[in-house]
Amino acid sequence: MTLMWILLLPLLGTLVPLLAAKWNRSACALATALPPAIALMLVLLHTEQVLSGETVRFFLSWIPLLGLDISIRLDGLAYLFSLLILGIGLLIILYARYYLSERDSMPRFYAYLMLFMTAMLGIVLSGNLLQLWMFWELTSISSFLLISFWWHKAEARRGARMALTVTGAGGLALLAAFLLIGQVVGSYDLDVVLASTDVILQHSWYPVLLVLFLLGCFTKSAQFPFHFWLPNAMAAPTPVSAYLHSATMVKAGIFLLARFYPALSGTELWFILVSLTGLATLLIGAYLALFKHDLKGLLAYSTISHLGLITLLFGMGTDLAAVAGVFHIINHATFKASLFMAAGIIDHESGSRDMRKLNGLWQFMPITATLAMVAAAAMAGVPLLNGFLSKEMFFAETLHQHLLGSLSWVIPVLATVAAIFSVAYSMRFIHDVFFNGQPKGLTKTPHEPPRYMRVPVEVLVALCILVGIFPAYLIGDLLHAASASVLGGVVPEYSLAIWHGVNLPLMMSILALAGGTLIYVNRKHLFDFQNSLPDVDALNSFEGGVKSLIARCDQFYQWLDNGSLQRYMVLVLLAFIVLAGMPLLELDTLWGGRDELPIDAVNATGAAMLLIAAFATVVWHRKRVVALLMISVVGLMVSIAFTRFSAPDLALTQLSVEVVTVILLMLALFFLPHKTPKQSEAPRVVRDISIASMVGVLVGSLSYALMTRPLSSISEFFLANAKTGGGGTNVVNVILVDFRGFDTMGEIAVLGIASLGIFKLLTRIPVFKPSSDGEGRPWATERHSLLLSTVSQSLLPLAIMVSVYIFFRGHNLPGGGFIAGLITAVAIILQYIAQGVDWVKERMNVEYQRVVAIGLLIALFTGVASWAFGKPFLTSWFDYFDIPLLGEIELASAIAFDLGVYITVVGSTLLILASLGKMTTSHRPVHKDTI
Amino acid sequence: METLFACCIGFLTACGVFLMLRGRTFPVVLGLTMLSYAVNLFLFSSGRLTLRGAAVLGTTEQYADPLPQALVLTAIVIGFAMTAFLVILAIRARADLGNDHVDGKLPESELSKKESR
Repeated sequence: MTLMWILLLPLLGTLVPLLAAKWNRSACALATALPPAIALMLVLLHTEQVLSGETVRFFLSWIPLLGLDISIRLDGLAYLFSLLILGIGLLIILYARYYLSERDSMPRFYAYLMLFMTAMLGIVLSGNLLQLWMFWELTSISSFLLISFWWHKAEARRGARMALTVTGAGGLALLAAFLLIGQVVGSYDLDVVLASTDVILQHSWYPVLLVLFLLGCFTKSAQFPFHFWLPNAMAAPTPVSAYLHSATMVKAGIFLLARFYPALSGTELWFILVSLTGLATLLIGAYLALFKHDLKGLLAYSTISHLGLITLLFGMGTDLAAVAGVFHIINHATFKASLFMAAGIIDHESGSRDMRKLNGLWQFMPITATLAMVAAAAMAGVPLLNGFLSKEMFFAETLHQHLLGSLSWVIPVLATVAAIFSVAYSMRFIHDVFFNGQPKGLTKTPHEPPRYMRVPVEVLVALCILVGIFPAYLIGDLLHAASASVLGGVVPEYSLAIWHGVNLPLMMSILALAGGTLIYVNRKHLFDFQNSLPDVDALNSFEGGVKSLIARCDQFYQWLDNGSLQRYMVLVLLAFIVLAGMPLLELDTLWGGRDELPIDAVNATGAAMLLIAAFATVVWHRKRVVALLMISVVGLMVSIAFTRFSAPDLALTQLSVEVVTVILLMLALFFLPHKTPKQSEAPRVVRDISIASMVGVLVGSLSYALMTRPLSSISEFFLANAKTGGGGTNVVNVILVDFRGFDTMGEIAVLGIASLGIFKLLTRIPVFKPSSDGEGRPWATERHSLLLSTVSQSLLPLAIMVSVYIFFRGHNLPGGGFIAGLITAVAIILQYIAQGVDWVKERMNVEYQRVVAIGLLIALFTGVASWAFGKPFLTSWFDYFDIPLLGEIELASAIAFDLGVYITVVGSTLLILASLGKMTTSHRPVHKDTI
Repeated sequence: METLFACCIGFLTACGVFLMLRGRTFPVVLGLTMLSYAVNLFLFSSGRLTLRGAAVLGTTEQYADPLPQALVLTAIVIGFAMTAFLVILAIRARADLGNDHVDGKLPESELSKKESR
C-alpha cells in the first residue's frame, strides 16, 4: 500500500497549491513540496529491498476480463527513475518559487507540475501495460499544459501544440504496440511480458510491434527524425524545460527502451533501428547545438544529442552498453538539469538568453558562473566529473560492437566526432557567456540570483563532482540494481574506476577535448558555412504539413460524403453485395436437401400477378398514381401468399395495412408532384439495374438456400406451451402478447414514436396549396360523394363490431390487437374520406396523441401489474370462469395488454392519417364553380 | 414451390432496390415499400412454407412455424410506421426546400437545363 501512496501523494499534491494559493509564495511552494517529499521518503523506505534485487509489487484487480489491473511495481530501474523524478522535482519546485514572477499564476504552475510528476511516476511504476500507457498519455497532456504555461505567447502555444501532436501520435503507435504485445503474450502484466521474450521475438507480428513501439519511444525522446518538437518546446518557462528535458519527459522514451529491453531486444532489427537512430540523433544534435545563439536552444539540441547517445547504447546489444546507458541517464539528468537552471538564472538576472549579447558575465555572477562551468564541463566529458565516466564507457562500447560488420569502425569514429562537437558547444556555453569581452545591449545589469534560487543548481553540481570522483561508492549499488532490472537479473562485470590506464577510450576523450577546443576557436568559419545553408523553420514546415494534411482529409471527406443519397445507397448496396456474395461463393450448392412443395395453379397465378405488378410498378414509376395502384396489387398478392402458406394473422394484418398505406400515399400525392421527371441518363439506369439485379439474385438465392434446409426451431416450445402457459390456441397471438410481450411492447412504442414524429413534422409546415393536379386539371368539384357518405355511415358500427370480434377472438383464432386496431382505424378513416375532417371533428373530437399515450400506458401497466404479484415484468395470468348463460369464459391478463396494443395502433394510425388529411381539406382551395 | 417463392422474393427485392436508387422521393418511398414486402416474405419464409397448417392449436396436424409469423406481424405494422414517416418527411422536405429530390436540391445538370429554357 505504501507503493500506492507514492503515486497518490503527488496526485493529491495537484490540489495542494490551489488550496494554498491564498498564502504567500514561499508557504505555497513549501506546501506543494510536502507531498512529493513524503513520496520520496516512501521510495527510500524500499531502498534495502530494491538494492538487494527484490521487486516490490502492489496489485489491485480492476477489470480482470480486459486484463486491466492496477499494478504497481518497484524494481531497480523504477527506483532509479522515481528518485530522479521526485528528487529533481523537489529542486524544481524550489527553483520555480524564485523564477516565476508576480504576474505568473504560481498555483496553476505547481498544479500542472504535480500532475506531470504523477504521470511520470505512473509510467515508471506501472506493472500493467495499459495502465502504463494511460500515464504515458497523461505526460503528453500535462507537458502540453506546462509548455503552454505562458499561453499569451504565440510561440508557446505553437510549441506546445507541436509537442502534443508529435508525442500524442507516438502515443497512439505505442498503444497499438502494447495491444499487439498483449495479444501475442496473452497478458498485459509487465512481469509476464518480460518473461515471454522468446514468444514475442519469434512471433510473426514482431517487426510490426517493434516498429510501433519504437515510434512511441522515439517521438517521446525526440529522436531523429522526430527531434524537431523539443527545441520548440523551449518556449516553456525554464523550470519546465529543466524538468521535462533533463530528467523526465524525454527520458520516458529512454525508460521504455530500458524497460522492454529484456523482452524486445536481441534481434537484428532492434540493433539496426535503435542504434542507427541513436547515432543519427547524436550527430545531428551535437552539430546543430553549436550554432544556436539561444542558451536554451543550445541546451535543447545538446539534450537531443545526449538522448541519441543513450539510445545508441541501448541499440548496441551488449550488456555493458546497457549498463553504460543507465549510467548516462543518471549523469545527463544531473548536469542537464543544473545547466537549464543556470541558463534560467542568467535569463532571469540579465534579461536575455542570446549568446550574442551575453558576454563576460563572470564579473557579475561569479558563483553561478562557476556552477555552470562545472556542469558544462561534465556535459563535455571532462575527467573527474560524472559525464566523463559514462562517456568513457560509451567509447569503450563503441569499440566492442559489430553492428555494421566490417564497417563497424565507423561508429567509434562518428562517436568521437559527436564528442568533439559536444566539447565545442560546451565551451561556447562557458566562454561565450561568462568571458569573451563585455555584455552588449543588455536591458539590465546582470547580478547574482537570490540565495535559494541557486541551491538546486549547487546540489546538482555537487552531485556531478561527487559522482565523478567517488562513482562506485555513491551510486554503485543503485546502478547495479537498475542495470539488473534492465538486463533481467544478470549484470556483467564492470568497473566504475576513474583511471583505467592509457587505453583507446581515453585517447578518444583526449581527442574530443582537443578537437572541440580547436573547432570552438575556429568557429567563425563554421558559422559562416552554416549561415550559407538555407534556414529551415521546423515549426512553420510542421504546421504547414499539418494544415495540408487536414486539407487533404477534408478533400477526401468532401469527395466521400458529397451529400448524395443515391451515392450512399450505391455504396451500401455494393458493400452488401460483397458481404452477402462471399459466403455464397463458398457454398457448393444452394439446395439444402429439403423436398419442395408442388406448385399448384392458384399459387402460380398469384406469383405471376405479383411479378407482373411489381414489374409494372417499376416501368410506370414516373406516373405516380399508376405506380401506386400497381404496388397495391403487389401488396394484395403478398397478403394472399400469407393466406396460402398458413399465416392467416399475417394476411389480415397485411391487408389492413395495405389499405392504410394506399390511402396515405394517395394523400401524399396531393402534396407531391404527380409525375417524376425523366432524370437518369441511360448509363445510370444500366448501373442501377445491374446493382438491383445483383441484390435481387443474392437475396433470392439466400432465401432459396434457407427454405430448402431442414428446420430446427425453438417454436416447438411455443406450440407446446401456448395453451397451458399462455391460455390461448392462436400461437402467433400468444407469442405476441405473452411469450415475446416485451418485444411487442417495444414495437408499439416505435409505432407511437413514429406517429408523434409525423405529428411534429406536420405542425407549422409552410402552407402549400396546389389548386389543380399536375396536368392543370382542377380538383373534383364535388367535395363529398353522397353515396360514399351514406354507405360509410352505416358501415361504421358494423366495422367497429367486426374489429371488436376480431380483437376478442384473437387469443384463440386469427385476429388480435394489431389487426383489430387497423380495422377500426380504417373504418374511422373512411368517415374522414367520406365526410371531411370538419364533420368528423364535430362528432369525435379526440386528440390522437393522447390515445397513443393511453394505449402505451395500458400495455405498460399490464406489465408492471405482475410486479404486484411478485412476478417478473409482463408475466401473464389467466383463468376460466363459468358464467351463467354465457358458459365458460376465459379471462387473461394478456387481453389487457392486447388492448393496449389495439389502442396504440388505432391512435397512431389515425394520428398519422388525420394530421395529413386535415391539411388537405382545411387548405384545399374551393373552386369558383362550386360556389 | 420454394423456387418460385424465392424468385418472387428476389424479383421484389430487385424492383425495390431499383426504385430506391431513383432521385425523387416518391419512387424511393415505393421502393422502400416494395423492399419491405420482400423482407417480410423473406423473414416469413425462414419458417419454411407450409400448406394448410395455421398455427392455431387443434385445427391441424402439422403446424407452420409461429415465431417468424409473430415477428413479421409486428414488422408489417412498424414498416407502415416507417413508410409513413418517410412520406411525411418527403412532404415536409418539398414544402421547405421547393423540390422533391432526395438530396434536397436539384442536381446541377437539371438546374442548368432549367435555366437554359
